[in-house]
Amino acid sequence: MSAIQSPPQRVWWKQPLDRVEGTWIVIAFVWCMVMFFMMPYWHVYGKQNLSNEAYRSTPEAFLAKAQAMVDKHTVRTVTEQNIPVVHPVPGADVYLVARLWQWWPVLELEEGQTYRLHIMSTDWLHGFSLQPENINIQVHPGYEHVVTMTPTKEGTYSIICNEYCGINHHTMASKLYVVKPKKQ
Amino acid sequence: MAVNRNFRTCPSTGLVYHEPAEALIRWNAVAGVVSLLVGGVLALLVTLTRWPAVRLLPPDWFYLVLTAHGLDMLVFWIIFFEIAVLYFAASTLLKCRLATPKVAWVAFWLMIVGAITNNVAVFKGDSSVMFTSYVPMGAHPLFYLGLILFAVGALVACFVFFGTLVVGKSEKTYNGSIPLVTFGAVTAAIIAVFTIAAGAIILIPTFMWSVGLVSHIDSLMYRTVWWAFGHSSQQINVAAHVSVWYAIAAIVFGAKPMSEKVSRTAFVLYILFLQLASAHHLLADPGLTSNWKIFNTSYAMYLAVLASMVHGLTVPGAIEVAQREKGFNKGLFEWLRKAPWGNPSFSGMFMSLVGFGFLGGISGVMMGTEQLNLIIHNTIYVPGHFHATVVVGTTLAFMALTYFLIPTLFRRELMFPAMAKWQTYVYGLGMMGFSVFMMGAGTLGVPRRHWDMAFSGAVLPHEFPGTAYLMMGLMAVSGILATVGGAMFLINTVGSVFLGKKIQTPGFARVSVKDGMAPAPTPEFAAPAVPAVHGSIGIGGFVAPGTFVLAMVFLTSFILYYFVNWKYLSTVWPLK
Repeated sequence: MSAIQSPPQRVWWKQPLDRVEGTWIVIAFVWCMVMFFMMPYWHVYGKQNLSNEAYRSTPEAFLAKAQAMVDKHTVRTVTEQNIPVVHPVPGADVYLVARLWQWWPVLELEEGQTYRLHIMSTDWLHGFSLQPENINIQVHPGYEHVVTMTPTKEGTYSIICNEYCGINHHTMASKLYVVKPKKQ
Repeated sequence: MAVNRNFRTCPSTGLVYHEPAEALIRWNAVAGVVSLLVGGVLALLVTLTRWPAVRLLPPDWFYLVLTAHGLDMLVFWIIFFEIAVLYFAASTLLKCRLATPKVAWVAFWLMIVGAITNNVAVFKGDSSVMFTSYVPMGAHPLFYLGLILFAVGALVACFVFFGTLVVGKSEKTYNGSIPLVTFGAVTAAIIAVFTIAAGAIILIPTFMWSVGLVSHIDSLMYRTVWWAFGHSSQQINVAAHVSVWYAIAAIVFGAKPMSEKVSRTAFVLYILFLQLASAHHLLADPGLTSNWKIFNTSYAMYLAVLASMVHGLTVPGAIEVAQREKGFNKGLFEWLRKAPWGNPSFSGMFMSLVGFGFLGGISGVMMGTEQLNLIIHNTIYVPGHFHATVVVGTTLAFMALTYFLIPTLFRRELMFPAMAKWQTYVYGLGMMGFSVFMMGAGTLGVPRRHWDMAFSGAVLPHEFPGTAYLMMGLMAVSGILATVGGAMFLINTVGSVFLGKKIQTPGFARVSVKDGMAPAPTPEFAAPAVPAVHGSIGIGGFVAPGTFVLAMVFLTSFILYYFVNWKYLSTVWPLK
């Protein structure tokens, strides 16, 4: 009987498998198991995993920490709006504020050094998208997400917002500079 | 009260329609097609705006139109059509009366009112919050109210469907088990019920928040619960369009499932695992542990993927067996070469299957892998994926089914049969190109839901490489091709339904049945007691060797693409 009619056998689960189906199910299942183990495997042996470290916070508390960092580590300002460029000490906690429609401040990091990047939104949902690396992380209001990040190559990168956040979403872009480590 | 017990038999297909059910199937299908028309016009506007060389609309209009496009297509078009499929799978395929047609009409009008309310809220301009409507970005209360009304209507319709199954069972309108297509529809309806429940859990508080009765909704909580609704609702589509594949294989080829056990078990896997797999939308979010993310996505998603991989084999496999039994038994692919490629029901269904598997399936697994998600999340790759699954997969399958329904359900001849022959190709290929180029642009980092990839007006703009612009241009050209294909479909179906030549029905039989009774089940053509042993067909003990070869091609592409992405991931900055 066809698929739009009742099966010939009253009890459908007694119908045997076809050989082609049995073979394919085994192959497909093995492949699903490979994919199943890839994620835990990468957690142990891979270098790119998203952090579990996140804290509940408030816009005031987060802005205060970002301001403290800006006050201490600003090296210059860019654009007519005088956006501070911050060059924090390698290994330090770095704060990046996402808000309508800006990333603040601009970060300058050293190649090969590791930073604890704290990202939070102070208003709506935003998307942290680092280009052209193409690393993409969701940014929530009220959740301070700590990502430990190691820039591998010097250059000028862009941070763009890729979570729709209103009419000027397309202007929410910023830079991230990666420079050679300073001679001590 | 005996009026509502009228049945008619379609002379060309032998299908039995319960007349109140028939009216409901028609009206739900028509409401779906009207939504498709609105959504299609909006699709063209969205495409022309995202084409960097054209950038048709200003940003406020773009976001408004994108919101309406998402809702009209993903919710209203697809769910109206699915309700029609549910009524068809229950009442027509079981040859029984539809339970409570009056309640079904209430459901229909609730859905209509909900859809209009929601559209009004969006077009007023203060609810451009996208399909996902993430809080704390807020929409007008009518936006949420419209969705809630629509969902309640859809839920009621699901219960009418379940009631119809009970009617069929108790009035013994069929023998033994329900047909496979109905079984698939049951899967879709079960997923729909818990999906709508999840939707209620999140949309009702959000509605109260929008009118000021709730002061705060946590953004992470919203996303978590919203996706239990948002992703599962797309799984209703998967179950529904897979059922449609089986239905078309049966209608066009008289194909029977190779094994009822395998196909039905695969549907059961959808019910068991799809809901949990929704967790893969939260892979880039803070506040959820990797254990939680991996646990929910890995085992649940892969068992659901397994189910799709099984259907991907059994549907063409059933067609191959049917074709070989008809004598197209030479070589690996004679069955496929000699398939009716000029029949839009078949060509649409087959492209839906291939596009859904190769483009939608593989890219979906990619995005659902915790670490790989990092290089794709929220880029235009994501709409690339879901246009492959929902548009090539579901919409094209529904279009294919429509070509079958016009003569049998609407009793009209197709107005432009030659156009129908081409339509599925124009639409299918346009849409596949659209999806592929979106994925290409997404791999280069182009964001989704973004008015201008050149960042005009930004203080520190980013410059995408020329390839990204090329990809977006090709995407737009393919999108226009798909819109042409969509217009061909709409012109043909709307024209045929209202102006097409009425099919003369000499064999038309209207059977009045006594109140509370259903027609005796017509004896189905004599089935062998034991399923046929396909001893004489196939190659090397495989009844469907061609399908198996295609499946291995699929698997090879899958494995290659999967590991290429891991390789790419390993080159980005180390993160932890």
